Amino acid sequence: MTDNHTFLEVKDLKTRFHTPEGTVFAVNGVSFSLKEGETLAVVGESGCGKSVTMMSLLRLISIPPGKIECGEVIYRDKDLLKLTESEMEHIRGKEIAMIFQDPMTSLNPVLTVGRQLTETLRTHTPMNPDQCRERAITLLDWVGIPDAKNRLNDHPHQFSGGMRQRVMIAMALACTPSLLIADEPTTALDVTIQAQIIELVKRLKQDVGMAMIWITHDLGVVAGMADRVIVMYAGFIVEEALVDDLYDNPLHPYTMALLQALPRADRRREKNLKSIQGSPPNLLAEPVGCPFAPRCEFVKERCVRENPILTEITGGHKTACWVDVKTGGLR
Amino acid sequence: MTTTQNLPDQLLVTEVESPPLTLADLTWRRFRRHKMAIFGAFVLVFLFLYSFGGAFFVTEKYANKTNTKERLQAPSAAHPFGTDTVGRDILARTIYGGQISIVIGLTAAFVEVMVGILIGAIAGYFGGKIDSLLMRFTEAMLNMPTLLILIIMSKFFSDKIANVNILGRTISGSVIVIIFIIGLTSWPYLARIVRAEFLSLKEREFILAARATGTPNWEIIFKHILPNTIAPVVVNATLGVANAISSEAYVSFLGMGVRAPTATWGNMLENAYRYIETAYWLWLFPGLLIVLITLSINFLGDGLRDALDPRSRTV
Repeated sequence: MTDNHTFLEVKDLKTRFHTPEGTVFAVNGVSFSLKEGETLAVVGESGCGKSVTMMSLLRLISIPPGKIECGEVIYRDKDLLKLTESEMEHIRGKEIAMIFQDPMTSLNPVLTVGRQLTETLRTHTPMNPDQCRERAITLLDWVGIPDAKNRLNDHPHQFSGGMRQRVMIAMALACTPSLLIADEPTTALDVTIQAQIIELVKRLKQDVGMAMIWITHDLGVVAGMADRVIVMYAGFIVEEALVDDLYDNPLHPYTMALLQALPRADRRREKNLKSIQGSPPNLLAEPVGCPFAPRCEFVKERCVRENPILTEITGGHKTACWVDVKTGGLR
Repeated sequence: MTTTQNLPDQLLVTEVESPPLTLADLTWRRFRRHKMAIFGAFVLVFLFLYSFGGAFFVTEKYANKTNTKERLQAPSAAHPFGTDTVGRDILARTIYGGQISIVIGLTAAFVEVMVGILIGAIAGYFGGKIDSLLMRFTEAMLNMPTLLILIIMSKFFSDKIANVNILGRTISGSVIVIIFIIGLTSWPYLARIVRAEFLSLKEREFILAARATGTPNWEIIFKHILPNTIAPVVVNATLGVANAISSEAYVSFLGMGVRAPTATWGNMLENAYRYIETAYWLWLFPGLLIVLITLSINFLGDGLRDALDPRSRTV
């Protein structure tokens, strides 16, 4: 599995939150890897552990109540989970950057955009204030903010949502990281702006040559930009495949159900879109059996007792399911 | 074609769109509607001019000069505010005493703000055991009667520091002691406010975003969160100045505060209570000044509170 292009490898990551209501099993043994320059999409419904996985990776989980129970995050021969907090500060923003869902709340309202932009540069590079300013102007220009020079002195409330997300992207890319984690960066934006931001990110990714993890619940976005997809459900990875494989040949009932729930422009409206019955499991209980079993149309007796592990079916295409969805029988 | 020619030249963007109001603009607009606060501000400016400008007209030597032959004189042309028990001119003493009182007020509030911010910020940001420890300490401080601590501490420490020379003036070391005693007993309330602000602000998404760019903790505390708490801190600091001035007056009145010959509005009252009926000018003028300054600072603080409150949307 590990070849010389793989620069990030997550092994058996488990994150839990110890709350007064009980332990939340948010991430239950997630493993994946990432190659240089690759775009990995992570899809799944709200609360399935997509964000928590990525936040654990950067150690941004608040401890307590959160706790990373076990696992390894190997980034260029270093285990990020074993680094000290100050070593971690050198990784965040410089090597691995992250952009967030809601640009309206992700910028500090009392600091100018310029100050927030130059801050990353001051923290991670030896540039002097003038150079930082120059670089900040270049960055704003690069993400398509007109009149960048004057806008540096503006406060976030003077920017629109799409503009703020551009600023966030500029901040994230300030130190040309080798990995950008985008946590649903277009969810809070309207559709036209979404398209602009996606185009922008694609272009910038080309320019920088970085790898990217794109968290989303929009399968339409995934098809257009990702190389590989991970489908998560209840804190587990249930399927992992190259993007075309996933759309053409889904191997997990959950992925199938998701794709059936997606409106398609190329398909005549023969029947209504299919929704997935039931609701996701309560993460407060330790999972026994397959977490999707209660909602699965292929459910077998074994599914309730034993949780399937993620296994490779064909080259690079993995699924965690006892059932062969093509035949409907056990694998 | 003809209609377009009649139109004015293209409007500049700056003419169509007024520049957005900054926080300072908004604050000022709300503040100036607060009549009492404006009044307070004017009185404060007057008292500043009185204390610091007055020094150009009378010397400190004159203010401290005793003349037992002229003791307890009623207000007259020579001594507009009268003279005290050892014949010093009360007008001159209120001028120099005012300087010390104001300086004590400002510096004690500064000490209060520094300690309050530090303890509140650390407790609120780090949470957990550090928070519990610091907050139990803060609550303990809050539960002790401040005046009692003030009296006991000034009793013990007022004489311990030698007189200091600042800008050619000799100032009783007790002034410095009083500043620290007041500053170090008044911070708990502010610390709790700052902690509460930090508790809610640290959960905000922009703090997570700042952490995600590798910003060190101390920078997040002081450069990202603290500027967001500036409104309550400013209001509290303002009221802290008034509190410090009246606390100083209180301990000095009891004879345990600032030592003679350095005058403050507080210690001028020290022996006045024996002459409440016989020599009203001994307590009237310094007392009036204390009332004026604390009242006007409180009005100012009220105005600032309303002006800086983001929820009050009246512009």
